[in-house]
Amino acid sequence: MNMLEIKQLDVWFGHGHNRVDAVKGAEFSVPEGESFGLVGESGSGKSTILRAITGLAPEWSGGITVNGERLGKQRRKSFYKTVQMVFQDPYASLHPRHSVDQVLGETLALHGFRDIDARVVKLLDDVGLGQKFRFRYPHQLSGGQRQRVAIARALAPEPKLLLLDEPTSALDVSVQAEILNLLVDLRKDRGLTYLMVSHDLSVVGHMCDRLAAMRHGEIVEIMDVAALRGMQAQHAYSQELLQASV
Amino acid sequence: MSDTHSPDTQNPEAQSLRAWLLTETPTSRRHAKLSALYHGWLSFRANTMAMIGLGILVALLFVALFAPLLAPHDPFEQNLGSRLLPLWTEGHVFGTDSLGRDILSRLIYGSRITLYIVALVALIAPLVGLLVGTVSGYVGGWVDTVLMRITDIFLAFPRLVLALAFVAALGAGIENAVIAISLTAWPPYARVARAETLTIRSSDYISAIKLQGAGAFRIITKHIWPLCISSLIVRVTLDMAGIILAAAGLGFLGLGAQPPSPEWGAMISEGRRFILDHWWVATVPGLAIFTVSLAFNLLGDGLRDVLDPKAGD
Repeated sequence: MNMLEIKQLDVWFGHGHNRVDAVKGAEFSVPEGESFGLVGESGSGKSTILRAITGLAPEWSGGITVNGERLGKQRRKSFYKTVQMVFQDPYASLHPRHSVDQVLGETLALHGFRDIDARVVKLLDDVGLGQKFRFRYPHQLSGGQRQRVAIARALAPEPKLLLLDEPTSALDVSVQAEILNLLVDLRKDRGLTYLMVSHDLSVVGHMCDRLAAMRHGEIVEIMDVAALRGMQAQHAYSQELLQASV
Repeated sequence: MSDTHSPDTQNPEAQSLRAWLLTETPTSRRHAKLSALYHGWLSFRANTMAMIGLGILVALLFVALFAPLLAPHDPFEQNLGSRLLPLWTEGHVFGTDSLGRDILSRLIYGSRITLYIVALVALIAPLVGLLVGTVSGYVGGWVDTVLMRITDIFLAFPRLVLALAFVAALGAGIENAVIAISLTAWPPYARVARAETLTIRSSDYISAIKLQGAGAFRIITKHIWPLCISSLIVRVTLDMAGIILAAAGLGFLGLGAQPPSPEWGAMISEGRRFILDHWWVATVPGLAIFTVSLAFNLLGDGLRDVLDPKAGD
């Protein structure tokens, strides 16, 4: 079964003369348990697809089906229990005045969990942060630690589909590998489905089973990772991408 | 500040309390809160001018609290035989006013009125401003337009003139003066809160909490307010001087506190008649207003350094 199906998706910002079409006719599907990558240069509309799925980009048309349920303009509470997102910049995605405990506790409370204390401890262990980080504030954490907190927050409602918006591009190279390995392990343990946006082909090659190359808001080619590794892209633009990343 | 917080204390128990407060790894919610407070206190304490401001305000609070014990005379007791006595007269350090009332005692009792005005305005105006500003900034659309145009209308009036109109409509008196000042003081707070909200609402951490299914009410009160409040507190302390002066101005015009109330502005108004021959009658309460206003300004500067979230990170 497909966890995510995107059909003829258009996303735009603004009206009339100011209208910018960020995504044009995107179409792909991600089976349950797969890790799917979206690659392309900046401004190609990869992140906008994620924002349209989560409802953060309100103006879109076409079809988005998550876990067999077709999405309308409004997102239901059950949607947020199925789909969660990890943002690009861990320095911007945590509230500066909320401790780790508050961030995770509030998320758990919003999803109606009762055993919040036990779950906060468990989540911190799952993402490789110990108990001692529980009552720290974001300014007392490093970038990698913050991203682990953000991942813990995304895992709190026990989602099936995780949207990853360049989760390591704001981090140091050494920390990037740690976070990517954590994500690989989490997917294995929990049977998660990933939709990952990145401009880094080596990251996508490490993390994903299939990928779509995007340019100017359009998907130019969908290929599997074996083709990526063998440098066997069909479309001229994806060949260009591959050449540039060598 | 108690001795146990002093860094140069040799007492090992005090040292361990300090270490406990300064830890990078708090062990409980309470511990984390106290630790954050202590860090703020340390950076506030380093600012000498702010500490002077805080000292003056603590002294004012003390004087207001123990006014009956501190005042040498009854502030309302008239003695026409000893009217307009000069400074440093035996028994009347700051002299007496036109009805022979001891000016020092009136100043001491007047501190209660000043604090009362400050407390009430500080409760009403920023709260109204915060509510209007954050709702306007977060909801946007026509709500934003309507609320901000109302704010513009209030901003377009000179504050004292608008307060005069309110007092004229509500009747003279210290409570009505406070309400009038509050009603004219909220628009700047609304503007500040709205501007902050506009930058906050598009940030990733607000998007993140939206993705947990949080509603507008929770986002505004739990995620936006905590970030707006620090800049509002700073603004309130900086505006406090203006508020005291506005209250004094209303008192001076005879629309605030009514005689024989020892409100500082009203005291200046009374002393104005004798300002050439008996300058101290108006000058002493004027100096009191000046000192308290200055104290609030100094405190506000110090608080800005401590509470500014950008500086904290």
